[in-house]
Amino acid sequence: MNGRKHLALRIGFGGLMVALAIVAASCGGGDDEAGQEGTAAPAAWQIEGLGTTLDEIKQLAREEGQVSVVQWAGYAQLTEEFQAATGCQVNTKDGGSSDDMISLIQTGEYDGVSASGNASVRLMGTGEVSPINSDLIPNYADVQEGIKNQSYNSREDQPYGVPHGRGPNYLMFRTDAVPEDTDTWGVIWEPDQLEKYNGKISIYDDSIFIADAAVWLKATQPELGIENPYQLNQEQFDAAVELLKMQAPYVGEYWPGDVAKQIQSYTNADSVVGTTWPYQYVQLTAADPPAPVKAIKPKEGTTGWSDTWMIHSNAANPNCMYLWMDHMISPEAQAAVAEGFGEAPVNLKACSVTTNPNHCDEYHADDESWWQDVYYWTTPTEDCGDTDDSTTCVTQEDWKAAWTEIRG
Amino acid sequence: MRAGGGGRLSAFLFRRPRLRLWLLLGLPLAWLVVVYLGSLVVLLFAAFWDTDSFTGQVIHTFTLENFQEIGETPVYRDVASRTIQMAAMVTVADVVLAFPIAYYMARVASPRTRNLLVIAVLMPLWANYLVKAYSWRTILSEGGIVNWTLDPLGLGFDGFSTAGLWLTFTYLWLPFMILPIYAGLERIPDSLLEASADLGGRSLATFRKVILPLAFPAVVAGSIFTFCLTLGDYIAPGLITSEQFVGTVIYNIRGQALPTAAAFAFVPIVVVIAYLLVARRLRAFESL
Repeated sequence: MNGRKHLALRIGFGGLMVALAIVAASCGGGDDEAGQEGTAAPAAWQIEGLGTTLDEIKQLAREEGQVSVVQWAGYAQLTEEFQAATGCQVNTKDGGSSDDMISLIQTGEYDGVSASGNASVRLMGTGEVSPINSDLIPNYADVQEGIKNQSYNSREDQPYGVPHGRGPNYLMFRTDAVPEDTDTWGVIWEPDQLEKYNGKISIYDDSIFIADAAVWLKATQPELGIENPYQLNQEQFDAAVELLKMQAPYVGEYWPGDVAKQIQSYTNADSVVGTTWPYQYVQLTAADPPAPVKAIKPKEGTTGWSDTWMIHSNAANPNCMYLWMDHMISPEAQAAVAEGFGEAPVNLKACSVTTNPNHCDEYHADDESWWQDVYYWTTPTEDCGDTDDSTTCVTQEDWKAAWTEIRG
Repeated sequence: MRAGGGGRLSAFLFRRPRLRLWLLLGLPLAWLVVVYLGSLVVLLFAAFWDTDSFTGQVIHTFTLENFQEIGETPVYRDVASRTIQMAAMVTVADVVLAFPIAYYMARVASPRTRNLLVIAVLMPLWANYLVKAYSWRTILSEGGIVNWTLDPLGLGFDGFSTAGLWLTFTYLWLPFMILPIYAGLERIPDSLLEASADLGGRSLATFRKVILPLAFPAVVAGSIFTFCLTLGDYIAPGLITSEQFVGTVIYNIRGQALPTAAAFAFVPIVVVIAYLLVARRLRAFESL
């Protein structure tokens, strides 16, 4: 009896050692790859297995036969047409937040990602994504010049991926509960308004929402001196956090990038006012019967995004991914995305093929002045994104910690 | 026949009991160790690592900062105590609901009714968890059945609240409480109840002094499920309420601060281990 117990113990202990050894081995693995890069000196955009000409890419893509991408819900469009034309089957995985997308792409299971600014800057920083050779992406030439080579999609004028489209985070409300002529974020920030919509407020559940509080403070408390809602000094940051903590008890629902959840809430009137992506607004108004909702860019301006399709540095299907990036900025796919998600295309040739001929005008695709007060998501960094040593800003890490506290 | 390969193999193994054991247990053991313990070990290690403040990537240097952060930040304490309270309340509610049902199934119902009831109790377990959680969202919503019923009475119920979540959890884990209690009650020999009656015990005294003590380990066994499942769940809290629970916090911070999330995961692990130790004292494992 005793001997058998002994054996069981030994097996258990041996097993634990094996587990430890496996963990130790897998942890060490990561360091080897960096060393290999130095041996040859390929172009920065070169990825193992990627063809060097468009014809070669098309040919190799047929062998790959598939591409896996992390996307914001509703981004991948015309996938069947794409498969018919290239032979690449498209597998998509939705991310709910930029953090979510980063952890997904870091698994190495995906060839690419539609990254917003608060993910793309970090991904370029870690080398998780690769620069691209825009010569191998014919449609790149048609992308609006003003969106190329921005801080969130390039480094030192070297593009990392292709722009996908841009849009604002809207203020959305049910017109049967909130006055139809509402034009201000005050409905979710001012105490008397919060009292009025207590428990019916819907807020995006991510630390990047602190920037939305900063947008409101920028407009209403000029003495704080906020210029960029992502570059906050400690005083400005504390003010934003305090505002959010004041708001928290009134919030009915934080939606963690789960669009279905928010759509259900607005349909059932569990939520009547809050922040949203144009996607939910498009879905709610297209529903049968349509929900009585209205979405606006309030007069204080808003946060928004300008997204980029990026390719993983070790993509298993680089050729299909190149064709996919080209596909996503083709006029047809751009039109489908712009109308499906409710955003502005970056390839203005899309404007002539949208189902609604006025889509580009309605979404201000070519009206830079409209985008002046749309602050695209980006990563809060210590150097405030500038070279001035005298200023320091609150970092992403502190934003995240503060968000957990705000949520309580 | 005796000279056949199979015969020789069994003769070979007959003389080597150690090898026989390894062949039998090797695969399941490897699974347990590599997949199950392995991932736990990774988690334990991750809690002691650091993160890069810009990229959020894990840096493999030893630090105790994560535990310090968990201990010193009030929000983590609040969330932990809220979660433990929720787990306790769900457990109590499930015991109150499950005991009469299990008692009826085990000691009153005819065999036919009993089978029907067992099926009825098991039925919800065949449905997907997400479907059940989402249906509770619908039930508890503004236009849902709860508010529809209360509305004519001039009452309203804020379903997307802690109370709503409590109802949801109580529903979700109820079968896990009924079944152990049912099994425990069924094991009580009739002779004990007859003896109690012979000695002049009325039904209430018999219930209090015979049935309850004998069924108690089964109740504790059931509570292990309801308590632990509530402690770790992150989907239902995310769907039903805007309050944070241990699971939702870990889920939310894992992207940017994996080590902090791993350190926070120690809280439910420690609570569950403590709970299991108490349960063992109460002889709950013998009635599983």
